Amino acid sequence: MASIGPNELFFLMQGLKWTLALTAIGFVGGGVFGLLVALARVAESAVLRNATVAYIAIFQGTPLLMQLFVVYYGVALLGIDIDAWIAVAIAFTLHASAFLGEIWRGGIQAVPKGQTEAAKALGLHYVSIMKDVVLPQALKISLPATIGFLVQLIKGTSLAAIVGFVELSRAGQIVSNQTYRPLMVFAIVGLIYFLICWPLSLWGARKEKRLQTAAR
Amino acid sequence: MPYSLDFSVVIERLPELLLACLATIGLAIAGMSLATVIGLLGVVARRSHLPALRAVVIGFVEVIRNTPFLVQIFFIFFALPQFGIRLNPTVTAIVALGLNGGAYAIEIIRGGVDAIPKGQVEAGLALGLHRAQILRHIILKPALRAVYPSLTSQFVMLTLTTSVCTSIAAYELTSVAQKIEADTFRSFEVYFSITVLYLIISSLMMGVFAVISRMFFSYPVK
Repeated sequence: MASIGPNELFFLMQGLKWTLALTAIGFVGGGVFGLLVALARVAESAVLRNATVAYIAIFQGTPLLMQLFVVYYGVALLGIDIDAWIAVAIAFTLHASAFLGEIWRGGIQAVPKGQTEAAKALGLHYVSIMKDVVLPQALKISLPATIGFLVQLIKGTSLAAIVGFVELSRAGQIVSNQTYRPLMVFAIVGLIYFLICWPLSLWGARKEKRLQTAAR
Repeated sequence: MPYSLDFSVVIERLPELLLACLATIGLAIAGMSLATVIGLLGVVARRSHLPALRAVVIGFVEVIRNTPFLVQIFFIFFALPQFGIRLNPTVTAIVALGLNGGAYAIEIIRGGVDAIPKGQVEAGLALGLHRAQILRHIILKPALRAVYPSLTSQFVMLTLTTSVCTSIAAYELTSVAQKIEADTFRSFEVYFSITVLYLIISSLMMGVFAVISRMFFSYPVK
């Protein structure tokens, strides 16, 4: 039985680096597209609204793992020669855009209608109404759910392991196979995820409690 | 040479895939049942007078909710044998799904139970109901009705999570798809079709949950 030394820990840290990178790309990319999805979801055009409803329903009604597989092999089919990690990053971005879009839609609709009406009466145009009046309030309302999704996304990046991408979970699997110490290795891997996700969860719960108190 | 899509392999092996769909639904139902039991017991334990018991439940919920399901299922499948606990892939999958779903269920049901006004329980006591009756009629039924939407959407997520059980080669839709992919090399066609099957399964599940809600929770509130 081999032991878990600095080399193994270093390997896990390399995996962790990819977990964090995938999360960051998915969250930022998903944030940008998610904003568009949310705006389209509450748009005046029925076509745009229905299209985003379908988009969100598809991503929420299928496993993240399948989304990874379909994008991963779909990109290859298109004949685009890109690195595996870019394909995986695209999949996470699409996934996150649907979920964040739905979360922020809720936030936008929770802003009292009078706010939009008042802004319109003041002669503000669409961009200004959204950017200066509605979105700042909507994002504040949806902050707890957004943090909750971030935690889900961090955990979700572990599924890239099944596609063969070496992030933290896959690194753990490799080290476990080499050292024959699954108990120790998966405990360490789990602990690393926990140390990243738990503070975020606590932060989200605190924000939510404060929001509830403010609403009362 | 441009790639041409060929779905005939999927159609040829459709019987195999549909059977695997049933396995996925079976895994999901077993996982949900275990999750519900863990959720209800967890909520009762969470409200117990023993601080140690409460701490164990809180710790369990936080650990499960803040680590990936993949790591949890690996832990159960690869690490527990070191303690002499060796489970086959299907049992491992059900246990992992149940524990994972259970932790979320505890949090969700607790929210509903906490929202029950204390006066209702006191009214029940004043009317001479015993503890089990109060728990069942005054606390659990209204609480479950209140949390039903969040609980069932969590269960739909659990159904989708069953796909991760392919990582320990449990028999379900994704693992069968991977086998067919390995036989035919038609990766995109296979996974695209499976994705559609999952969409149908999750839609069906939502439909069933809506019917159940109408059957059991449609009594008037006031």
